[in-house]
Amino acid sequence: MSRIGVFICHCGENIARTVDCARLAEESGKLPGVMVSVDYKYMCSDPGQNMIKRAIAEHKLDGVVVAACSPHMHEPTFRAAVVQSGMNPYLCEMANIREHCSWVHTDRELATEKAIDLVRVMVEKVKRNQELFPIRVPITKRALVIGGGIAGIQAALDIAAGGHEVILVERQPSVGGNMARLSETFPTLDCSQCILTPRMVEVARDPRITLYTYAEVEEVEGFVGNFKVKIRQKAKSVNADICNGCGDCWNKCPMKKIPSEFDAGLGYRTAIYVPFPQAVPNTPVIDREHCLKFLKDKCGVCAKVCTRGAIDYEMQDEIIEAEVGAIVVATGYDLYGIGKEQPNERWKGYGEYNYDTYKDVINGIQFERLLSASGPTQGEVRRPSDGKVPKSVAFIACVGSRDPEKGIEYCSKICCMYVAKHAMLYKHKVHDGQPYIFYMDIRAGGKNYEEFVRRAVEEDGVLYIRGRVSKIYKDGDQLVVVGADTLSDSQVQIRADLVVLATAMVPHKNAYEFAQKIGIACGSEGFYSEAHPKLRPVETMTAGIYLAGACQAPKDIPDAVAQASAAASKVQLLFSSDELEREPIVAKVNEVTCVHCRNCIRVCPYSAIDDKEIRDRHGNLIRMVAEVNEGMCMGCGTCVAACPSKSVQLAGFNDEQVFAEILALGHE
Amino acid sequence: MRFSIDSEQLESGAVKRVEEMIQQSPSVCYQCGKCSAGCPVHYLMDIPPNVVIRLLQMGQTDRVLESRTIWVCASCNTCSTRCPKEFKIAECMDALRELALATGKDTPSEKDIKLFHREFLKSTRRFGKVHEASLAAFYKLKSRHFFADVGAGIKMFFKGKIRPIPHRVKGVREIRQMFEAAGYGQKVEQ
Ligand SMILES: Cc1cc2nc3c(=O)[nH]c(=O)nc-3n(C[C@H](O)[C@H](O)[C@H](O)COP(=O)(O)OP(=O)(O)OC[C@H]3O[C@@H](n4cnc5c(N)ncnc54)[C@H](O)[C@@H]3O)c2cc1C
Ligand code: SF4
Ligand code: SF4
Ligand code: SF4
Ligand code: SF4
Repeated sequence: MSRIGVFICHCGENIARTVDCARLAEESGKLPGVMVSVDYKYMCSDPGQNMIKRAIAEHKLDGVVVAACSPHMHEPTFRAAVVQSGMNPYLCEMANIREHCSWVHTDRELATEKAIDLVRVMVEKVKRNQELFPIRVPITKRALVIGGGIAGIQAALDIAAGGHEVILVERQPSVGGNMARLSETFPTLDCSQCILTPRMVEVARDPRITLYTYAEVEEVEGFVGNFKVKIRQKAKSVNADICNGCGDCWNKCPMKKIPSEFDAGLGYRTAIYVPFPQAVPNTPVIDREHCLKFLKDKCGVCAKVCTRGAIDYEMQDEIIEAEVGAIVVATGYDLYGIGKEQPNERWKGYGEYNYDTYKDVINGIQFERLLSASGPTQGEVRRPSDGKVPKSVAFIACVGSRDPEKGIEYCSKICCMYVAKHAMLYKHKVHDGQPYIFYMDIRAGGKNYEEFVRRAVEEDGVLYIRGRVSKIYKDGDQLVVVGADTLSDSQVQIRADLVVLATAMVPHKNAYEFAQKIGIACGSEGFYSEAHPKLRPVETMTAGIYLAGACQAPKDIPDAVAQASAAASKVQLLFSSDELEREPIVAKVNEVTCVHCRNCIRVCPYSAIDDKEIRDRHGNLIRMVAEVNEGMCMGCGTCVAACPSKSVQLAGFNDEQVFAEILALGHE
Repeated sequence: MRFSIDSEQLESGAVKRVEEMIQQSPSVCYQCGKCSAGCPVHYLMDIPPNVVIRLLQMGQTDRVLESRTIWVCASCNTCSTRCPKEFKIAECMDALRELALATGKDTPSEKDIKLFHREFLKSTRRFGKVHEASLAAFYKLKSRHFFADVGAGIKMFFKGKIRPIPHRVKGVREIRQMFEAAGYGQKVEQ
C-alpha cells in the first residue's frame, strides 16, 4: 500500500490565476494511496520545502508528487528536499501544472480538471517508482582546447596551471589567432604582439600542454568526463622535431607570390612558410596546394637547402586519438566580406560599395596589418593600390552589422572601439592626414572605452559623421564616399584616399557543421550557444563542453580572456573530484530474454550499447546478448522502443510506470 | 543641405578664429542636444544651437555665419550653464556674431537685430548704462518700425520702467575706457 503526498504550488499567481488550487488539493487528496494533499503559495520557498519534509516524517510517506512548474526548473530543488527527510530522490516527481496547464489555458474550470488529471497521472507513476542510485563514472582529468587564439591560449594555460594535462588543437600553422594580427589594442594602445607572444611561447613550453598546430578535431564521442576524440594532424611536410626554424627553406622557395593569409592578402608568403616571424611553433609547413613539388613534381629546393634534412614530402596526415574529460571550444571568429560571393544565402555583399573590387577599400584586419610594425609595410600606412600615404581616410562602422537587409541583425560590439583606435593610430602616423568615421551609434561601454573615443575626437581631431554610407565610387585616384550626417541634417561627400570598413564579426563558415560534429548547439547566426544567457554563460547544453572567446559571440580581448578563464575554472571544478555522478535514468538489458537481434545496438544514437558474451564457468561461450554502457547511455529510450523481445527497460520510465500513467489518464 | 567636406575646410580660418576667441574647440561637443532643448528662443532660429556647433565641427562656417540663429541668440547663457561637456555655446554665438560682422557674411535679413545691438552699445557707452527711452527712439528712427511694441512701451512707462531723462552713471569714464580698451570705442559710434 502506497503512502503518497501531493504538494500543490500556486507559483504566486502564475498557477493560481487559472487553476483552482484548493479544489485541486481536495480532489488529489481523494486519490487512492494519497495520504496528504496540500496547496501553498510558493512550494519552492523554504517554508514550502519544510512543509514537504515535515509531511514525509509525519505521514511516513513513500512517494511525493509536487504539482508546480516544469521539472526543468525545480525538480532538483524538490528532490534535494526529500533527500533531507531520508527519502530516495527518485521517489519524488513533478506534475507540471504551469507550462503544461495554467500558462496555456484560460478557462479556469477546464484547466483545473486538467491539473487534476496531471496529478493523478503522476500519483500512479510514483506508486511504481523504485529507488534509484546515481551512477558513478570516472573522470579523465585531461582537457581538450580547440582553437589557439587568445581565448584558447588563456584557457589552456589556466587549466595547466591547475595541474592538469591539456591538448591544444589549432588549425593554422601557428597559435595566436586574430590577436596576433593586431597592431595596438584599445583602450590602452599596448602592442598586441608584445602582450600575446609571451603567452604563445608559454603554451608551447608548458610540459602539461600538448600542442597540435596545423591540426583539426575530426570526431568527438562519449560524454562528460569521458570523451574520446580524434584529431587530424595535417601533414606539415616538415619534421618539426628536427627543424630548427633557420629559415633557409622559405628564403629559397621560388613560390614567392602567394597571398599571405596572416597579412589578409596585403603581403605575400612562400609555399613553405611560417605565417609570421613570431609564430609558435617556429617551424614551417608546406602548403601543398602551391608547392611545385606537389603540383608538378619539380623544384625540391627546400629539401636541398635544409642542412638538417627536416623536409619530408612523403609525410602523411595522422589521426591522433585521445581521451579527455572536458572540452573548451575557442574557435574564434571570421569577418564578413562585402563581395558578391557569400558563404550563405542570407548574406548579400555590398554592391553599393562596388563589392570588393576597389583595392583601396579594405577591412579592419587589413588596416591592422598596415599599422603593424611586422606588417607588409613595416607599419607605415600606405594604401594597397599605389603605396601612397593616404591623406584622408574614411572609416565606416557597422558594415554588415545591424543591417538586416544584408542578413546580419546583431551589433558586432567591438568595431566601434577599433574604428576609434584605427582613426587615432592613423592620425598618430600621418600627422597631416584627416580621419573621418561614418557611424550610426558609438557603443563604447567598457572600462575606459568612452574616454578613449572622446580622446580620438577631442585630441586627435577625428571627425565622426553620423550616418551610413550609401555609396562609394572612384574618381581619379580617389574614392568618393557619399554619406549623411543626421546631426546636421545634411548629405555629405568626402574624397578619401583610403576607405576602411569595419565589417561584421561573424562565425566561421563551417561553424554549424563543426557544432554538429562535437555535439553542441549554435544560434541562428551561427555563434555557439551557451547553456543560459545569464547564469551559465560559459557552459554549453552538452555537459563537459565549454565555450571561450569570440566563437560564442563578438567579443574583445578582455572579454574573451575573462570567458576563457571562467571556462578553465569550470573545467577545474569538474576535475576536482575523481568520479562523476550521473543520473541513473539509463537503459538496462534483461539478459535472460535478450535474443541478440542487435536492433538496439543499431538504433542507439549514442553508441551506448555493445555486444556481450555470456560464458560458463569454464569460459565456453554460451550465447551473446546486448549490454548498455551506463556511462554513455543518455536515457533517450530509443532502444526500448526498438527491442522486439521487450528486453530493454529504462530506469525511472519502465513499461509498468508508463502504462500506469496512460491508464490513469483514461480513468473516467 | 548637401556639402562636401575636406581637410581644408576643417582647418579653415573661421573655425580656428572661433576656437581662439572662446579658447575651446567645438570638438568637445558630443551632440547631446541639451543646449537646444533649453534654449528659450529656439523657435525663432533657423538652425538649432547644437547644429550650429555640429556645422562648425564639420567646417561648414559659412552656413553658420549666414544663419539667423547667431543673431536670434539672446545670450541668456542657459545653454552654457547646462552643457554636460561645459562647452561655452553662448560665447561661441558671440564669437560667431563678431566674425560674421568682420567677414561681412552676416545675414542681411537680421539687420534690425544688428541695429539694436549697435544702439544698445552706443547708449551704454554714452551713459554708462542703457537709457531705454532714447535707445527705443533711435532704434525706431533707424529701423523705421515706428509702431512696433508701442503698447509694451506705454505699459513700461507707466510702471516707471522708462525714465524720460537719461541718467549718467558715476563711472561712465571708466566704462568708456573699457570700450576703448576692447577696441570698440569709435566703431560703436559709426
Ligand atoms: C580589426 C580588428 C581590430 C581589433 N582590435 C582589438 C583591440 O584593439 N582590442 C581588443 O580587445 N580586441 C580587438 N579585436 C578583437 C579581437 O581580435 C578578438 O577579441 C580576439 O581575437 C578573440 O579571440 P579568440 O581567441 O576568441 O578568437 P580568434 O582570435 O579568432 O582565435 C581563434 C583560433 O581558433 C582557430 N580555429 C578556428 N576553428 C578551428 C578549428 N575548427 N579547429 C582548430 N582551430 C580552429 C583559429 O585558427 C584561431 O587561431 C579586434 C578585432 C578586429 C577584427
Ligand atoms: S619544394 Fe615546394 S615548398 Fe619547397 S622550395 Fe619548392 S616550391 Fe617551395
Ligand atoms: S560595435 Fe559599433 S560599429 Fe560595430 S556593429 Fe556595433 S554599433 Fe556598429
Ligand atoms: S536509452 Fe537511448 S542512449 Fe540509452 S542505450 Fe537505449 S538508445 Fe542508447
Ligand atoms: S549641450 Fe553641450 S554637448 Fe550638448 S549639444 Fe549643446 S554644446 Fe554640445
